[in-house]
Amino acid sequence: MTDIGRQQRLAARLVLGLLVAGVFLVLLGASVGSTGFEAVLSAWHDPLALQIVWDIRLPRTLGAWAAGALLGLAGAVAQGLFRNPLADPFLLGSASGASLGVALALVLFGVSPFAAGWLVRLGLTGAAFVGAVLAVLLTLMLARGVQHTLRLLLAGVIVGVVLGALTSLVMLMAPEVMQSMQAFMLGSTGFVGWTSWLLMVAAWLVCVTVAWMLSPVLDGLSLGEATAASLGLPLAQMRVALVAVLALATGTAVAQTGLIAFVGLAAPHLVRSVAKTTHQRLIVLSSLMGGVLLMGADVLARGLMAPQELPVGVLTAVLGGGYLLWLMHRGSRSPMRI
Amino acid sequence: MNKGCLRLAMVLALWAPTVHALQVVDDRGVTVTLAQPPQRIVSLLPSLTETVCALGQCDRLVGVDRYSNFPERLRKLPQVGGGLDPNMEAIVALKPDLVLMATSARGAERLQALGIKVLALEPKTHADVKPVLEKIGQVLGVAGAERLWSEIEASVRATAQSLPAQVKTTRVYFEVNRAPYAAGEASFIGETLRRLGAQNIVPANLGPFPLLNPEFVVRANPDVIMVGDINFAGMAGRPGWNNMRAIVTNKVCIFTPAQSDMLVRPGPRMAEGASLMAQCLTKVLQ
Repeated sequence: MTDIGRQQRLAARLVLGLLVAGVFLVLLGASVGSTGFEAVLSAWHDPLALQIVWDIRLPRTLGAWAAGALLGLAGAVAQGLFRNPLADPFLLGSASGASLGVALALVLFGVSPFAAGWLVRLGLTGAAFVGAVLAVLLTLMLARGVQHTLRLLLAGVIVGVVLGALTSLVMLMAPEVMQSMQAFMLGSTGFVGWTSWLLMVAAWLVCVTVAWMLSPVLDGLSLGEATAASLGLPLAQMRVALVAVLALATGTAVAQTGLIAFVGLAAPHLVRSVAKTTHQRLIVLSSLMGGVLLMGADVLARGLMAPQELPVGVLTAVLGGGYLLWLMHRGSRSPMRI
Repeated sequence: MNKGCLRLAMVLALWAPTVHALQVVDDRGVTVTLAQPPQRIVSLLPSLTETVCALGQCDRLVGVDRYSNFPERLRKLPQVGGGLDPNMEAIVALKPDLVLMATSARGAERLQALGIKVLALEPKTHADVKPVLEKIGQVLGVAGAERLWSEIEASVRATAQSLPAQVKTTRVYFEVNRAPYAAGEASFIGETLRRLGAQNIVPANLGPFPLLNPEFVVRANPDVIMVGDINFAGMAGRPGWNNMRAIVTNKVCIFTPAQSDMLVRPGPRMAEGASLMAQCLTKVLQ
């Protein structure tokens, strides 16, 4: 009992810590960039500095938070749903589906070069989203539903590989899209404006609410399929809803920021390394953690080589991978808590 | 009624200057309207940067992408990322009144949303260089695009004529990278080769830059190989390649990165690229 109380206090402290870190990073994010901190100081009288801070730095910083929160949430849901600590948001083939969607859209736009600019933008983000969702549906079809976790995992891996190969094929047939594809693969928060941010926040609100309500089923699942079924929950429907949350969260994040590695995988592990808690809390905590992680990475990406900028996806892969490795090594000495 | 007509006429008179403002349709099909010729330009594509400079307007450039390395003086300008990862903040901070970028580059919509004019042009063929020159000349409000184009064309033609007759039967393999991707007849490089009268071992129906099976090159047995110095290392050691005619007779032209830039950029230096290729052909045909 006292242990549960202690863990709850830890979780509460973590929430507080993540919120404080989030606010701190937003402020930092507003003041780091190619032109440095003076843009903030002169924002009151210089319209250009104001534009840089208000229209570029703030939406991208908050956008990084939203994308990270979506990925962290998706990671926690995926790991709970598949009862597998290695599960990440892209597990059901959504990343490769999104890539294929973008590649096909680029080829199609290439055919009609007179597509208006706004249509192209809507098209690319839309194509990424549709691709991600279709890939998840394909995985579900191949796995014949969500009942069998292992089959679902395998189907996801297969869909990922096959769609990835198809993307390579498209790029080979139409090498002129290769450049733009490469841009998409290098996940970046540099192009997030207020509209993209709003879209991501709206998706996040929907996802976090649904996942919060369905989290008891994840707790049940962590005790085994049989136990979960014995709780009297409508397991099948709830699983479908959770897969939908996974697809929506990942699809939205991928469509707006491209492929960003490791945030979804690392966020739930980082939360668990601090406090052991129920899925209800884990989902919210992972989301906050993912947001803080990606926002931190984004600030670093802008600050490390300023005025040059690193693609944030590259940075999260290196840092997230490194941290996870360290966590694993530490875990192998004391019993691993995953 | 009369009063209404008068008001309408006044409104029309007020609008008249904007109707006469500079209008250009770019390669996206977007009509870009400029009130006056831009004075602070950011260019995110080397061939467009070179076009601006070739028209004598280098001074109007306030920022370039990291691959724009010619002319030399541009290296002093702030670099604002690359075409794939342009740095929005750095671009906006330069207060440009026009951003030149490729249609395949990223961020055009974002820049427009931030209130910056974007002209997206992507020259890919010899023929594309002309309209790009003209459009940029028109936007900058300078004459000379026509003359520059005819000089380039004349120079390419003269180069082609200077080559010995046996170039017609010379079969060339141009390697883009060691995957190996080749420059086919349908590519910009292939077009230069064709205009010089040489044969390309990669037919147009394979696309501009096909990924070849190395076997294809061995079987085609080209007379001349053209390759960048980074990709040449170890070429003779590839399985079966050591017996190829071009390798045995050492008819291989190796280009430095600066030379490769001239060969691959569909811009004002394409005549120099053609001349480089012609020098190579003259050398190996002797």
